[in-house]
Amino acid sequence: MAEFVMPALGADMNAGTLLQWLKQPGDVVSRGEIVAVVHTDKADVEVEVFTTGVIEELLVQPGTEVPVGTVLAMIRENGAPAGPAAPPQAAEEPAPPAAAAPTAADAARPHVIISPSARHLAEELGLDPASITGSGPGGRIQRKDVEVAAAARTPRVREPELRAEPAPKPEPVAEPKIAGPPAAAPTPAPTPPTSRPVVPSAADERSAAMRRAIAASMSRSKREIPHFYLGQTIDMSNAIAWLAQENQRRPVTERLLHGVLLVKAVALALREVPELNAVWDGDELVRRDDINVGVAISLRGGGLVAPCIHTTDQLSLDELMHSFRDLVSRARSWSLRSSEMSDPTITVTSLGERGVESVFGVIFPPQVAIVGFGNMVERPWISEGQVLACPVVSASLSADHRVTDGHRASAFLAAVDRLLQEPDEL
Amino acid sequence: MSTVTLTYREAVRAGLRHALATDDRAFIMGEDVGGYGGAFAVSLGLLEEFGPERIRNTPLSESGFVGAGIGAALAGMRPIVEVMTVNFSMLALDQVVNNAATLRYMSGGQMSVPLVVRMATGGGRQLAAQHAHSLEGWYAHVPGIKSLSPATVEDARGMVLAALEDPDPVFIFEHATLYPLEAELDEEPSAVDIAHAIVRRQGSDVTLVTYGGSLGKCLDAAGELAADGIDAEVIDLRTLRPLDLDTILTSLAKTHRIVIVDEGWKTGGLAGEISAQVMERGFDLLDWPVQRVCSAEVPIPYAKHLEDAALPSAEAVVAVVKEMVI
Repeated sequence: MAEFVMPALGADMNAGTLLQWLKQPGDVVSRGEIVAVVHTDKADVEVEVFTTGVIEELLVQPGTEVPVGTVLAMIRENGAPAGPAAPPQAAEEPAPPAAAAPTAADAARPHVIISPSARHLAEELGLDPASITGSGPGGRIQRKDVEVAAAARTPRVREPELRAEPAPKPEPVAEPKIAGPPAAAPTPAPTPPTSRPVVPSAADERSAAMRRAIAASMSRSKREIPHFYLGQTIDMSNAIAWLAQENQRRPVTERLLHGVLLVKAVALALREVPELNAVWDGDELVRRDDINVGVAISLRGGGLVAPCIHTTDQLSLDELMHSFRDLVSRARSWSLRSSEMSDPTITVTSLGERGVESVFGVIFPPQVAIVGFGNMVERPWISEGQVLACPVVSASLSADHRVTDGHRASAFLAAVDRLLQEPDEL
Repeated sequence: MSTVTLTYREAVRAGLRHALATDDRAFIMGEDVGGYGGAFAVSLGLLEEFGPERIRNTPLSESGFVGAGIGAALAGMRPIVEVMTVNFSMLALDQVVNNAATLRYMSGGQMSVPLVVRMATGGGRQLAAQHAHSLEGWYAHVPGIKSLSPATVEDARGMVLAALEDPDPVFIFEHATLYPLEAELDEEPSAVDIAHAIVRRQGSDVTLVTYGGSLGKCLDAAGELAADGIDAEVIDLRTLRPLDLDTILTSLAKTHRIVIVDEGWKTGGLAGEISAQVMERGFDLLDWPVQRVCSAEVPIPYAKHLEDAALPSAEAVVAVVKEMVI
C-alpha cells in the first residue's frame, strides 16, 4: 500500500489545502496522473501521483489544510492484495491526517541506500531513513546506524518504549486520539498505545519533512539565484579584548559570546546596505524595513533551521544573547514560532565551532544574501609594519547578483569589519 | 549408554552394517565393494560378514548398476548403491533424473523407489580435476530425490539409517576428506534428523551456512573470528534438498548477515539457490548482501597450492566476514 502525501510544492511551503479530489476510491491511477488540486500560498497546483495502482481510500476532505507530508490517500499498488495495509496497523482506525506521515513509499524522494533489515527496523522505530547517516559502503545505512539514530533521540522519545510494556493500565496522561496512531506501529504491544509512542515518529517525520524542505529550498536557490561570493578577514582584537573585559564583570550565566557581536554587526551593517535586507519577489526586490537576522541552527538529528531574531539591530547585546539561547533551545525542541521561520530578511551561518575557517553559504530563498563566519583563529596580522598575533574571523557574503553587485556587497562587509572594531558601540 | 569411537568411514560402515543386520531387503552393490571394501574402504569386511549375495561387486558401469538399484527398489528391495565418487555418477544421471526421481510421479504414486545411493564428493586430496569436484548441488536441483550431506561422524552413520527409512530415492554425499575424522558416538546406531538443518555453533553477528566438507572450515573460521570479537553462527544444512530454509531464516533474524559456504562452483550452484530463497523470504532481515564462498570457477587443480587456492578455506570465510561485519 502506497501513501499519497501532501507534497512540498515550494521552498517555503509548510502546509497546503486540499481543494479537490479528481479521483475517488476504486479509481485506477497511474504514475504521473493528476489526482488532486492543492492550494498553496502561491497558487492552486495540480498534484500528480508517483504510484500506479488503485485508490484505496481518501483520508483528507477537500477544504482541509494539512502539513506537508501528511498522507492524503492510500493507493493500493498493482499486484498488492486488497484490504488493510500492514498487519500491525490493521486494528487501527484510518490515521487522522495530521498524525499520518510519509514513508519510503513516497516515490518523489531521493533513493536512500539502506539495507532491507535496517529499513525494516527504521520503519518499526518510526525513523525516516533519509535522516540517518549510513556507515556501510557508499553510505549504506545498516541496522546499527538505525540503532544509533534511535538512541540519539531525546529521552522523551525513548521513554515510551520503556513504559509501554509494564504498564497494564496506561495513565491517562493524554487522550490517545490527539496524536493518532503511529504511522508505522512498533512491535505490537500488549497495551493499547497511548499518545506517547507517537512522539518519536512525529519528531522524525518532522525531521524528514525538514530535510525535504531544505532540499527543495537549496535546489531552488542554486537553480534560480546567481550567487556571487565575497570574503574578508576581520581582525577581532578589539572585539575580543572588549568582550573579555565585559565578561569579567558579568556572572557566568550572563556572559556574551563573540557570535552576538557578529550578529549585531551584521544587523547594523544592513542599515547601511539596505538592499541586502530584502526578499526577491519573483521579479523584483522587496526591501524590508525590519532587520530580522536569521541564524542557522544545526539540529542534533541532522538538518538545520534558520529562525530569525526579530528587529536584530534594535536589540542590546544582552537581549541578543538571550534571544539566541532561547532560539537554539526552542529550535532543538521543535517549538519555534511561525513568524520566526517566515520573517528572516537575511541569514547568518557560522561553522566556527566545528573549526571551519570560512563558509560560503547558499542563500535561503526568498532572501537575497547570507553571511558566513568561520572559526575565530589566531593568525599573523600585519599592522603598521608590525607582525602581530591576532584573533581573526573570516567573514563571507553570498549575495544574489540580480539585486546587488560586488561594489555594494563589499561595502557591507567593510561595514561589518568597521563595526567590529568598535565593539562598545554595538 | 556405552559409547564407541569411530572414524567417519567406520561410522558409515556401522550404518550399513546396522541396515544389513536389521533389514533382510537391504543389500549393497557397487564397484569393488566386496573384497576390496570399496574405493574408500567403507564396506571393508562386510563381504565376510554378510556374504556375496548382499555385498555385490558390479562392473564399471554406473548407469547399469544405478539402474539395477532402481529396479531392485521397485521390486521391493532396499538397495544401497555405492558410486565411487560424484564425478563418475554423471554416467548414471539418466537413471537418476529420468527414472529414480520420476517413477513415483509417473506411476501416479503406485510405485516408489526406496533406493539409497552413496558416493564420495569433494576435493582437497590432490586427486585432480576428474576426481575432485563437488557436484551434489546438481542432484539438489532435481525434485523427486533427497540429497544428504553428512558433515559429522554421527551423521555419517545416522544418515544411512534415515535414508533407509525413506520411501524415496536418497542420495548421500560423503566428503572424501572426512573419512578419517574421528568422534565418540553412542554405540547403538540411530537415525538422525534429515528434515532439519542444525546449528553447529551459536553466534549473533553473522550466519555461516554450509554442509559436508566445509563445516569444519566454517567452524575454524568461526573460532578465528571469535578471536576478533565476531560471533559467527554456523549452520550445517545436513540435507541439501529439501532445503530447510526456516532454520536459516531463524538464524538470519538474529544475525542479519549471511555467508553461504559451498564447495560447488558458484555459478548456477546451490549457494546461489540458497541466496535466492533468502532473498525471497528473508529480504527484510538482511543487513548486508548475501555472500558466497565457493570453489573457484575452474576444474579443481592437482597442484596443492592451486587446489588450496581453488577450494573454500577458513581464511576465505574469515576474510569475507570481516568485510561485511564493519
